[in-house]
Amino acid sequence: MDTLLLQLLNGLDKGGAYALIALGLTLVFGTLGVVNFAHGALFMLGAFVAVSVNALLTISQKVRDESITAFEAYTTKPYLEIWLGDFGEQIIEWSVPISALVAIPVMLLVGLVMERGLIQYFYKRTHAEQILVTFGLAIVLGEIIKVFFGANPISQSAPPALSGAAPLGAMLGLNENLTYPWWRLVYLLCSFLIVCSVFAFLKLTTYGMVVRAGMADREMVGLLGINIQRRFTVVFGIAAIVAGLAGCLYTPILPPDYNMGMNFLVLSFVVVVVGGMGSLGGAVSAGFLLGILQSLASMSLVKDIAPGIDQVIIYLIAVVILLTRPRGLMGRKGVMEV
Amino acid sequence: MASITQFNPSTPKRDLAIMGIFALVVLTAPIWATPIGANYPDLLQRFAIFGIFAIGYNLLFGLTGYLSFGHAAFLGVGSYAAVWIFKLLTMNAILAVAFGVLVAAVFAVAIGYVALRRAGIYFAILTLAFAQMSYRLAYSVLTPITNGETGLTLAGSDPRVIDALFGAASGGTPPPSLFGLELTGYAAFYFCAVMLILAFWVSLKIFRSPFGLKLLAIKSNQTRMRFTGYNTRPYVLTVFVISGMYAGLAGSLMAVTDPLAGAERMVWTASGEVVLMTILGGAGTLVGPLLGAALIKYAENIFSAINTSQLTQVFGFLPEPVTDLMVGVSSLFVGEGWHLTLGLLFMAIVIFLPGGMMEGLRRITGLIKRRRSGPSATENSAVTQPSE
Repeated sequence: MDTLLLQLLNGLDKGGAYALIALGLTLVFGTLGVVNFAHGALFMLGAFVAVSVNALLTISQKVRDESITAFEAYTTKPYLEIWLGDFGEQIIEWSVPISALVAIPVMLLVGLVMERGLIQYFYKRTHAEQILVTFGLAIVLGEIIKVFFGANPISQSAPPALSGAAPLGAMLGLNENLTYPWWRLVYLLCSFLIVCSVFAFLKLTTYGMVVRAGMADREMVGLLGINIQRRFTVVFGIAAIVAGLAGCLYTPILPPDYNMGMNFLVLSFVVVVVGGMGSLGGAVSAGFLLGILQSLASMSLVKDIAPGIDQVIIYLIAVVILLTRPRGLMGRKGVMEV
Repeated sequence: MASITQFNPSTPKRDLAIMGIFALVVLTAPIWATPIGANYPDLLQRFAIFGIFAIGYNLLFGLTGYLSFGHAAFLGVGSYAAVWIFKLLTMNAILAVAFGVLVAAVFAVAIGYVALRRAGIYFAILTLAFAQMSYRLAYSVLTPITNGETGLTLAGSDPRVIDALFGAASGGTPPPSLFGLELTGYAAFYFCAVMLILAFWVSLKIFRSPFGLKLLAIKSNQTRMRFTGYNTRPYVLTVFVISGMYAGLAGSLMAVTDPLAGAERMVWTASGEVVLMTILGGAGTLVGPLLGAALIKYAENIFSAINTSQLTQVFGFLPEPVTDLMVGVSSLFVGEGWHLTLGLLFMAIVIFLPGGMMEGLRRITGLIKRRRSGPSATENSAVTQPSE
């Protein structure tokens, strides 16, 4: 029971990351009609926003280490601590949440540049060519990050207030010993919040309504005198923010390296296809569903029955879904049906 | 891309000439590769092997337009099958290659039967899913067959039943052979080269056949093809299996030139690489994929070997600050950073030259022809289509 709950939470966490990337992917596909293989790279860039913010905040000066008196010892002290004292120290500790705030404008900019600079020339090309050019872009972005940050994963720590283990068992009135890392719970909450705000933006604002109208019939919206292209570009930026935030907040859970985007991208694509190309709700629910299933499959009980199932379950489900329900779980009729 | 994959009626005589020239070029590779610094058996073997892989991939992607992102799975399977033959039966390369191709074909039938129910991006995802499953399983559950992360290697204690029957000296690990001829160095290259020529010949025959024409029809409009009364799936499945067999051939040749097999050959970036080769050379053209494969392997060999001191020599004639700058900038693109060059090249090709190098060549020859024959012949030269 306890392990089941833990695996469920683990699955929700992983599913949160899948869902956020898949949401952006399907948003871009639904609006611009572009299959973006570089979306995983946006996730990775978001993670490296966290890394670089942390690096910036901890720019340090060499100072005399007062605690050692026997000889002249030096230690490094971040400028922020020198200038602001304890407050500076706290800023550094909270670098991941701060970098999430930084990531929003940065990722918006990255998304807009990417869309205007490259993607807009590929609306009319075939899906194969879109896949290929964005695949190339993903390689390039990954390699650029590798040049600056090296190939090794760089671990980030959650703020100390949120880095301990939450006494989950005690809170829910279950086993007292059942604990779960706070940050993972925070991540779960954040991913729910982000998903909800994207949906609220699309469903409750006039801007979002126009975007949805454009998804349904782009030409008609254009004829009504609305510059739908600009709105779709903004949507691409939003998708970039969502992916970037997902990556940024995921850093304390998984130390980022330049290749993480690719690993998540393949899975997220499977998620999008399972959820149904162009369906936002489908992408989110399939993301959480596959995350949970993947976690459950890695339980030793399941592994005893079907060895190796944890390695392949996502792909296996994708195959089954695609063969039985060509449109995915919640695919709209007429969207990329073959 | 669709614009350059047109059916080109060709005469048997012309095809024979193409084959002759092709065979000549391939077999004299050690001679013409010397001036460009590529005359190592190891590199030449890679040209041939990846050439076969790309030619096979092109049969699927170039002719039918089905974008498979999981072709490396067949390559890996072919490698494993060949190494198992080496371990269990004999070091004779023919049997290993035949078995590798056969196993890859069986795999391709199974995967193709399922994956070809969908097209477009769904097909790409399905093939990717199958390839990733094979890769993951090779690392986890199937370790008794694949030997996991270590990779499958030969051992002195392998039975090699057939070899033992003929009284070959047991103990140690003999190199792969062809009826007594040891396949190492140039001998291995020539073995691969002959395979490449055979593979190219089959590919040429498919391009010129009614079967190839039907595949092109499927690419241009599958629905219309169905309306005319053709069941398209058997055709696509056939070419998918053929294409998988090419990959299996390439994989088993890899095992012949270097008798080990690892799961990393099946990872999805390896599948991406063959797509890149095909696109770079020109999907749907005869020799394009081969050119693409050779160029990428050659560039990989050259670029990834360059280091900073060599760059400093090259830019040494400039004033010192400029030298430092140039070395700093260009060192990003060579050595470890070779993949950056690859990615940029990939993007540039897809953006500016979707037809690949073959389209580039065609544009250049078209330009020259137009210049030479004056403006009056412009219309005429626009419609001429060189055959490949």
